[in-house]
Amino acid sequence: MQIIVSGLIFGCIYGLAALGLVLIYKTTDLVNFAQGEMAMVTTFVSFTFLSQFEMGYTTSFLLALLFAAVFGAIVHQGIMKRLQSAPPLNQLVVTLGLFMVFNGLAGLIWGHKPAGYPQAIKGDSIKMGSVFFTPNEIFVMGITLTLMLIFFVIFRYTKVGLAMRASAQDIKASQLMGIKVTNVFTATWAVGAILGGVAGMMTAPITFLDTHMMFDVLIMAFAAAVLGGFLSLPGAVVGGLIIGVFENLIAFYLSPELKLVYTFLLIIIVLYIRPQGIFGGTQSVKKV
Amino acid sequence: MILKLLENKRLTIGLLVVFMLIYPFLVGNSNYFMTLFVITCIYAITSMSLNLLIGYGGQISVGHAGFLTVGGYSVAILSSTVGLPFFLALPLAGIMTGSIGLLIGLPAVRLKGHFLAVATLGFGLSIPQIVLNWDGLTGGYSGLAVTKPLMFGSDFSLFYVFVVITVIITWLIQNIVKSSLGRAFIAIRDSEVAAQAIGINISFYKTTMFVISSFFTGIAGGIYGYWVGFVSPNDFIITNSFLVLAMIVVGGLASIPGSIIGAVLFSVIPHFTDSYIGITNIVIGIAVVLIILFKPDGIVSLFKMNKQKLVKPAGKGELLVQGGEKENANI
Repeated sequence: MQIIVSGLIFGCIYGLAALGLVLIYKTTDLVNFAQGEMAMVTTFVSFTFLSQFEMGYTTSFLLALLFAAVFGAIVHQGIMKRLQSAPPLNQLVVTLGLFMVFNGLAGLIWGHKPAGYPQAIKGDSIKMGSVFFTPNEIFVMGITLTLMLIFFVIFRYTKVGLAMRASAQDIKASQLMGIKVTNVFTATWAVGAILGGVAGMMTAPITFLDTHMMFDVLIMAFAAAVLGGFLSLPGAVVGGLIIGVFENLIAFYLSPELKLVYTFLLIIIVLYIRPQGIFGGTQSVKKV
Repeated sequence: MILKLLENKRLTIGLLVVFMLIYPFLVGNSNYFMTLFVITCIYAITSMSLNLLIGYGGQISVGHAGFLTVGGYSVAILSSTVGLPFFLALPLAGIMTGSIGLLIGLPAVRLKGHFLAVATLGFGLSIPQIVLNWDGLTGGYSGLAVTKPLMFGSDFSLFYVFVVITVIITWLIQNIVKSSLGRAFIAIRDSEVAAQAIGINISFYKTTMFVISSFFTGIAGGIYGYWVGFVSPNDFIITNSFLVLAMIVVGGLASIPGSIIGAVLFSVIPHFTDSYIGITNIVIGIAVVLIILFKPDGIVSLFKMNKQKLVKPAGKGELLVQGGEKENANI
């Protein structure tokens, strides 16, 4: 039981990062491989606020998120905007290029030495039944579910969400309807970066803070998003939870070294049975 | 002026061959520069095979470094443990990698776009882990030594053997692209439904694509093993897969010269930047972003400009590539 619960915590982090990926993909039709590195940079920024300027956790948390939003918006305005109509593979490779740039720059600025990062909430673990929770873990779970719900509601029921969905379907038509598509996309990138940043700051206390900390999380988030069907926000979180729990179970009962292999085996099997992911809708066949 | 000269295909190829032949003398037989050249050849073969899959066939793979690792280890096991000679071990390594490619290709028949990307990503991530933990066969962390072939006494002659192999593989891939096989790949990329309607067996060709691509990549991995004389789990990791992907997009999708240009570019950049620690990734990343921003069809479009204006007034080539990708986006 304890294993499942700690798996759920990792699952929440994967889910958070996957939420950002799916949000950007749903709106701008592009997989952002630089997401993890943007999150890593955000986490480093918050760490700088914490250690250099000695601010409180909440202040630096919020300031870092503000930074993430600006960062995401700049990346979109500066680079991705120009590639809006480029083939998806080009966009994907550009995000891979950004991935390398951010990773290298972060290494130059903050060095490659791992550092400790504080938890959001300190405190002794609480016993519920036979399972121990730390307050921080509860906080991680809570923030994941809240953010998922918020974005689900925004996407489904508000005007902004409608604009996002419309821009995703047809850029030209939405422009004709008076939607400022570029602004919508920039906002999406900002929000995606915020979600990534939250995931980053939740990851750092568990894995130590260094330039490679988000790589595995990004891979797992990508896998989680795919498992969930890549278009569904709850799907991304559920996919993350499944992967987190599965990974922890494998690590405990089979072999900790090969958990990655088994996780991807599971994903491939799931995809073989349901090629569109668990929460993916019916597959559309392209008309000739 | 130089660009125009390079349009003359025979002249360019002739110049390239002469360059490859005199290269060891140009660099004074220096081991470092010869290794740089062989690594470039390995990446050229890998990016051509990946381009066959992505550029011509429209099937994305983000785990090609996995095939390189498999090829390298196959050569190591076949030459050192089994004791096979060079000319048997290298093709066998290709065949072994090809059969792994078959295994990956089978589920890949059903998957598209990002789903295929995740499946192949999983493959690329898993191979180093499996190699690391399968101590009995692979030697785990310590890696495996490769017995260098005795018939070529020095690295000098081995260099020429590898250059010849690279040229042969380039010629083979060029021919595959021009054959009915290649046309079937392109048809599948442009529209699976239309391809099926004219009688192309999609699952057969998609699997074949994976097998061919992984076969050549396996041979490239084998070349690496023979040249370096040693293979370890961390030789080719997922970042190398990303790098190969960047090579073909930056060089030019669905273009053999493009793959080679990309491979040369990204193999040579680290040579200039390695003296500054941590700069290599930044330079490569910036190069990728800038080239795609300003030359979306890859570097190879620089050379094709004049021809395209004459033959394809509406930028048909661009449309073709997009058509293949749209399918991925449509899921």
